[in-house]
Amino acid sequence: MTDRWRIRLKVNGKEYEREIETRLNLADFLRHELLLTGTHVGCEHGVCGACTVLVDGQSLRSCLMLAVQAAGKEIATVEGLGDPENLHPLQAAFREHHGLQCGYCTPGMLMTLVEFLRDHPDPDEAEVREAISGNLCRCTGYQGIVDAALAAAASLRENPLKG
Amino acid sequence: MGEKLFGAAVKRTEDPALLTGRGRFVDDIHLPEMLHAAFVRSAYAHARILAIDPKGAETAGAIAVLSYRDLPEGLQRKTLAVSVPNPAISQLVLPYALAKEEASYVGEPIAIVLAESRAVAEDAAALVAVEYEPLPAALYCRDAALPDAPPAHSHLPHNIAAKVRVNVGDVDRAFARAAHVFGETITVHRGGAFFIECRGIVVEPHPILGGFTVYCTTQTPHRLKRQIVELFDLREDQLRVAVPEIGGGFGPKGTVYPDYIAAVAAAQRLGRPVKWVADRREDFLATCQQRDQWWELEIALDEEARILGLRGRMVHDSGAYMTGSLTVPWISATTVPGPYVVPNYRLDYSAVLTNKVPGTSVRGSGRPEAVVVMERMIERAARELKLDPAELRRRNLIQPQAMPYNVGILFRDNRPVVYDSGDYPAALEKLLAAADYAGFRARQMKARHNGRHLGFGLSNAVEATGLGPYESATVSVAPSGRITVYTGASPQGQGHKTTLAQIAADALGVGLEDIVVVAGDTGTVAQGMGSFAARTAVNAGSSVHLAAEAVALKAKRIAAQLFEVAEEDLELEGGAVRVKGVPGMAKPLGELATRTLGVPGFAMAAAIDPGLDGTAYFKPEQSVYASSAHAAEVEVDIETGQVRILAFTVVHDCGRAINPLVVEGQVKGGVAHGVGNALFERLIYDAEGQPLVTTFGDYLLPIAGDVPKVKIIHHECPTPLNPLGVKGAGEGGTIAAIAAILGAIENALEPWGVVIRESPLTPERIVELLGEAALGRTR
Ligand code: FES
Ligand code: FES
Repeated sequence: MTDRWRIRLKVNGKEYEREIETRLNLADFLRHELLLTGTHVGCEHGVCGACTVLVDGQSLRSCLMLAVQAAGKEIATVEGLGDPENLHPLQAAFREHHGLQCGYCTPGMLMTLVEFLRDHPDPDEAEVREAISGNLCRCTGYQGIVDAALAAAASLRENPLKG
Repeated sequence: MGEKLFGAAVKRTEDPALLTGRGRFVDDIHLPEMLHAAFVRSAYAHARILAIDPKGAETAGAIAVLSYRDLPEGLQRKTLAVSVPNPAISQLVLPYALAKEEASYVGEPIAIVLAESRAVAEDAAALVAVEYEPLPAALYCRDAALPDAPPAHSHLPHNIAAKVRVNVGDVDRAFARAAHVFGETITVHRGGAFFIECRGIVVEPHPILGGFTVYCTTQTPHRLKRQIVELFDLREDQLRVAVPEIGGGFGPKGTVYPDYIAAVAAAQRLGRPVKWVADRREDFLATCQQRDQWWELEIALDEEARILGLRGRMVHDSGAYMTGSLTVPWISATTVPGPYVVPNYRLDYSAVLTNKVPGTSVRGSGRPEAVVVMERMIERAARELKLDPAELRRRNLIQPQAMPYNVGILFRDNRPVVYDSGDYPAALEKLLAAADYAGFRARQMKARHNGRHLGFGLSNAVEATGLGPYESATVSVAPSGRITVYTGASPQGQGHKTTLAQIAADALGVGLEDIVVVAGDTGTVAQGMGSFAARTAVNAGSSVHLAAEAVALKAKRIAAQLFEVAEEDLELEGGAVRVKGVPGMAKPLGELATRTLGVPGFAMAAAIDPGLDGTAYFKPEQSVYASSAHAAEVEVDIETGQVRILAFTVVHDCGRAINPLVVEGQVKGGVAHGVGNALFERLIYDAEGQPLVTTFGDYLLPIAGDVPKVKIIHHECPTPLNPLGVKGAGEGGTIAAIAAILGAIENALEPWGVVIRESPLTPERIVELLGEAALGRTR
């Protein structure tokens, strides 16, 4: 009763090939097939934003996309952003400004903001709040996240990322 | 003590892993041979279960389907336990791991279905045929309390699980001599926790050693362990509960749930690891909530507008089972007087069983309700007496000279509620200044000229934090010099790994990076209570402090023998014990730890036990009382009912702050929770008890644009009752926020004479209230 597909795609620059069921969504594929568990699931219906990843550079809710639809595409997840010894400026700003508590919403926030800051390098506070209006956080009250985004924008304007 | 790190806003040690997708949450655990579980849950609020037919599920690929009759004998006999036994509960109804013959809320687990994948488990669960006989349901608590209400469980004569009276002074006498008496009926609804990570569990059976390792999203690992040990008749050493990262808890992750016990039963039966993680719908259906209270209260005042007394009654919705005990209503009842002098107080309350998911504490745990009620009474009195509401509060606040202040109420441990420290009048003045209360009328007038409606609201709250009985901590120095702090506390985002390391680092003269904190693992500490009720900083913090001090003392004692100096001449600095003022005379802690281990065949040095470690259980004599004063300035759109919070100010006393960054984060996050409770969050049921709100599309959590920038003023009144002077900080943001926002909305709608007697106030409800006011009706 299940139909299966073989797909190839790139995640954080690395090629993967897997045979999967059609109904498997991209979030579950990343988490349970590739064991990239940094992408989180908070609602499975496109409201909380925890599962946000970039697909060919566009932020997208991975719970709302089937993995087969991602065949041939390039996915970026939080694991590709920076590592603990070498945080991305946005990650460093989150730490500096206490932009996370439990850290569960954080990967989605980061991926949403990475795209936003790339496209809007000099946002004001209201624009940042608008940008994350589709990401729920139950812990922080958002202020730390907004402060972090503004600080990261400033630091990225000064020292743009290479490559 | 060096005190280099205590009080410093150091960056959290938790963050690098969480920021890079390397945090490990329960659903991130993948074990070989692991089965996935899905539940068959009651489709009815109240129904008799006539038959369960698993055949469909088996053809769809289920490996097993277990219902009540398939449970081990012990689980057919024993129900889950009540969180806190309380003799006042006369009808202690508790759930089995899987419903026996009657289901009592929509979502109650009836069968657990195991399969090779979650998807197949869900497919199969949908094909389990359950035959029900629907029964009438007890729904809103006030109605369920009436004598002719349908019983929430068919064997009960009525739904009142407990009736309790709180009594201080002589209320009726106070009312008889009062100059003014006003009465109100107030309904307060609080939703649920709605952490972004849903609940879950992984159970790993150990075929060789016997027993299990359980990974669970629990705030109380030792409580979960005790229940499993008891229900499955295990030895203590056969079960380890380890808590990975938790994506928010806020209370409901402290409950031991039937689904957890069913998952253990499945793993035991099948001899394979079992994972179950709730999806969001299940979280709405089957995670404990706080929900409804109905209050009827009168306030008596003298000519000077000083409160003489309060009296009335309250009905609390306990849900289908008493698992959560009387914790929430008890706290509500005892929180009402708050920072005010209330010499006479009588409240009769009932905890009522309903056909809804069981109740438990959600951030603030009954206190926000009490504060809403008290502040509504104060606003009512101020309005009737035509007094400035700030002035009325001022006249009634407990004065700092009165500390320690005996409220006259007995807490649930039967000890008097005695506030240990605090300066409420100073906090209020600071708040009024910071929020520019003096300038508000002018702002309001100016806005009105432009057709905008501003309102200002105040609230004050006192919170018992650092609840007993104890918390555990072990501080251990390995021969390698590595320092580990083990605690029974189980953090869910509060940054405890950082703050506890700060405390230990100071005592041991090392840096934050030299310490690892292991929390929430029953394999490392024998006893623990867990993280709830804003108790960790106080109890675990104090325990870590005491344990680390003990280690420091022992290290000095050993070094004193080695160097042949007095212990007073030694200090801990840079990871070593040094002889003061003699550079070069130093022994690293790791080397001292090695020496304590001894050498086979040689006698141990005198009076030194093996191992450089210390364990402490800080046992607070009583709670310590944190307080906060909140001010909200809002704008209400009278066409749409939309509320915009323009400014929000908090004056907060949590004693000495271990880490101001973390404390401020707790306050800001707490206020956001309060914003949701005041303006959006409502769990709605239809007339049959079907929840109508089961997605984040229907149940609105505040988003970034809804939550104001919070101005926080720390007003530290250290407590004398623990060695660190700390009080809890986790809930203060939420507790007073709702009342302040409601007050501000009422103030904005003053020209229409709208009186607020309920929470939450959704936009629709505000428009409705304006309409009712225009028609001259009040509810
Ligand atoms: S899990 Fe995808 S939006 Fe919530
Ligand atoms: S940090 Fe916990 S949900 Fe955002």
